Amino acid sequence: MPFSPLTHLQRLEAESIHILREVVAEAERPVMLYSIGKDSAVMLHLARKAFYPAPPPFALLHVDTTWKFKAMYELRDRAARAAGMELLVYRNPDALAQGINPFDHGSLHTDLWKTEGLKQALDLYGFDAAFGGARRDEEKSRAKERVFSFRTASHRWDPKSQRPELWHLYNARKAKGESMRVFPISNWTELDIWQYIRAEGIEIVPLYFAAPRPTVERDGLILMVDDDRFQLQPGETPVERSVRFRTLGCYPLTGAVESEAATLEEVIQEMLLTTTSERQGRAIDHDQTASMEKKKQEGYF
Amino acid sequence: MTSYRPDALIASDISAYLTLHQNKSLLRFITCGSVDDGKSTLIGRLLYDTKMIFEDQLASLKADSKRVGTQGQEIDFALLVDGLAAEREQGITIDVAYRFFSTEKRKFIVADTPGHEQYTRNMVTGASTADLAVILIDARKGVLTQTRRHSYLAHLLGIRRIVLAVNKMDLIGYDQLAYEAIVDDYRAFAKSIGIQDFTPIPLSGFKGDNITGSSGNTPWYAGPALLEHLEQVDVEVDTDRARPFRLPVQWVNRPNLDFRGFAGLIASGAVKPGDAVRILPSGRTTTVARIVAMDGDRDLAGAGESVTLTLADEVDCSRGDVIAAADEPPQVADQFKATIVWMDQAELLPGRAYWLKLGTQTVSATVREPEHTIDVNTLANAPAKTLRLNDIGVAEIAADRGIVFEPYADSHDLGGFILIDKATNATVAAGMLHHALRRAQNVHWQAIEITRDAHAAQKGQQPRLLWFTGLSGSGKSTIANLVEKKLHAMGKHSFLLDGDNVRHGLNRDLGFTDADRVENIRRVGEVARLMTDAGLIVLTAFISPFRAEREMVRAMLPTGDFFEIFIDTPIAEAERRDPKGLYRKARAGEIANFTGISSPYEAPERPEIQVDTTRETPEEAAERIVETIMGTWSPVI
Repeated sequence: MPFSPLTHLQRLEAESIHILREVVAEAERPVMLYSIGKDSAVMLHLARKAFYPAPPPFALLHVDTTWKFKAMYELRDRAARAAGMELLVYRNPDALAQGINPFDHGSLHTDLWKTEGLKQALDLYGFDAAFGGARRDEEKSRAKERVFSFRTASHRWDPKSQRPELWHLYNARKAKGESMRVFPISNWTELDIWQYIRAEGIEIVPLYFAAPRPTVERDGLILMVDDDRFQLQPGETPVERSVRFRTLGCYPLTGAVESEAATLEEVIQEMLLTTTSERQGRAIDHDQTASMEKKKQEGYF
Repeated sequence: MTSYRPDALIASDISAYLTLHQNKSLLRFITCGSVDDGKSTLIGRLLYDTKMIFEDQLASLKADSKRVGTQGQEIDFALLVDGLAAEREQGITIDVAYRFFSTEKRKFIVADTPGHEQYTRNMVTGASTADLAVILIDARKGVLTQTRRHSYLAHLLGIRRIVLAVNKMDLIGYDQLAYEAIVDDYRAFAKSIGIQDFTPIPLSGFKGDNITGSSGNTPWYAGPALLEHLEQVDVEVDTDRARPFRLPVQWVNRPNLDFRGFAGLIASGAVKPGDAVRILPSGRTTTVARIVAMDGDRDLAGAGESVTLTLADEVDCSRGDVIAAADEPPQVADQFKATIVWMDQAELLPGRAYWLKLGTQTVSATVREPEHTIDVNTLANAPAKTLRLNDIGVAEIAADRGIVFEPYADSHDLGGFILIDKATNATVAAGMLHHALRRAQNVHWQAIEITRDAHAAQKGQQPRLLWFTGLSGSGKSTIANLVEKKLHAMGKHSFLLDGDNVRHGLNRDLGFTDADRVENIRRVGEVARLMTDAGLIVLTAFISPFRAEREMVRAMLPTGDFFEIFIDTPIAEAERRDPKGLYRKARAGEIANFTGISSPYEAPERPEIQVDTTRETPEEAAERIVETIMGTWSPVI
């Protein structure tokens, strides 16, 4: 045979594309949750490949908190245009009215903007399937998450009533009002994501690369002062540090790492030599053991 | 010991390292064993030794080990593999978890399944995607019932690569003779269930012996360490490429009128532009025009790749069809022998219709009463009437239309299926097709050039099946005759099937037992369906007492073409009329199994048309039926 064995990236890509197509074939109104991070970038790229030469036959949905990094908003709009896809931006009107922000409201910020915002958006548009960029290697409770994850009409996830997934067969049937979250890149690891970004030349937010940025150090996290809404505490003065981000979220909640890695290869090199896991930079995980699982039961990804 | 993370290359030449790693292959495997066999510890050890554990995870692992660990002050690797909060508190795993690690040569995905009463369901799920199974044995205990169970399930799911991991060698002092006795014992068992070959390895997950490299504690063992073996063994998807080409069509991509692409994951074989292909089940042939991809057309693609093909001719091809090598097409059949693993709390109802999903095909299917179940502990067959949660049974399956398939032993993608409960949408079972039943084998459907639509269009009518049902003497034949006369007068092409022209010929071998009544209706249904394929309006007048059979016929026809017409005459009235004197004979005991007297009549729940003969004359009823039918006629395309 004129074949060389399939590489791990080829097999992961084929599996993800299969999942994307299966949902489009079986769901009535699918949507892709687009969070602008590197995992979303890979998922969007896979969707473009899956349906080429057509644009992906669904919209991108960004559940916005108004507190993302400026650079993220820029890439978001550009990426949607490049893919030829409709971009829906949803901001929870209650959170907007109450001025919910990460400085004054703690975990309420995530609850209202993200968890509630996502539920509201899915209900508003009547989406019955939402693609998410979660990976099983991110956190222990996700190792057991299905690729097709069913949610009740009230968006709750019941770890005991998930369907077995065999071979390449996914059961996408559901009752009216029920919905599913689908995770096409479940079996990718952080290293796979970086290798694929490199191999395919996928554009990602420049914040992943080190550059001098205004920062303050708070509670063991290095935070970037991305705009003048940042509430400086007494004695805090922004200091310019060469930093990059391993994950991207709301800028006041996302810790940077000090780094000189300004290219993709340098970033991967640092990642491989590093000794802390990816989610450590996220404030959300530090609350309690298995906090991610609780969030998931409530409808957060 | 081999280093599984070449930090030196990462630091000195990251580009070289990444290029090297871009060409890694992927192996999926499953670990089988119970908590006591040290399964979680072994997986934790693999993650640890391949440095997939970060410092912060290690810190929390050390803290957890002290708090809830079972290894005293030592690191409890098992905690790395635990997940959901509820199970951590109970100390059990409740599902299949997937773990990832990689070496220079391979990325690995490990399916970890727990060992308790849900075992069969979970292990079957994890094994369905595995290239290899690691069967764990506690060296102190040897081959146990659970070893046999795990091996049987791995073999059932078609895993061809088996590793016998004789674990906890440290606890028996690395005793070579004890190890060899276990391997011999296992060899005899494996042979008895058809496992051709396996690779035995003596190891200790806890101490790390023969995990990443040869252990000094087992100088007598010359074989590979576990990880070395996992890196070398060949992968299923690569061998699948040598088989005939099959692409289950998942999605038809039509961005505009000029492009029609057929997208799917190649199940086996390879394809290149110019290849002759056959579309199943229609049987039409054409050639592959292009293999379309975003980064440029491909000139070759093979098993395990998701592709989009275009074809040289405009042929009908949609989701559920299979594009296959023209000279080696897969079979099409609607009845099969299969092994079924039941996965739901609600037991199997033989005869009930479930959704059967195989590849990209979803059909309605019924499972007959199982021939037997298999006890996974003794591997003995036992008679059974049904299948319960975690039961494994062999049964016949009948689908409502032909499925493109291959025996599971040849193709997991075209032989593995799931059953879905139509009411709850739960995945209730997984199964493996063995072969088509001879009576149903339609090895190659000939492509029919004159279609159903063409037949109908020529007659200027929409094919219909008007199914009259009701008690003997209710007036079915009388009204059906009147309806046909009216249709004939309107220039419609019709045919009436009733007891007189069917019982004396086609069905003269059938009596009046329940089983014969079912077969009678099935044959009438099939004949009626063929006649509607020929474009006719078919009328049938049979008692057809059972709801299930009427629904079976309904399912044979395209939606909207079947009209159930309930001639509703109370039994007292029918018996009073008794036009053929049958009721009198039945009452006298001269006719057995007489509907309404000694055999039940299940009235339709939602017939398209209901005629109350105590309120309507036959002429009025016939007029109303014709109006209803005409009213639902859509213009012929």
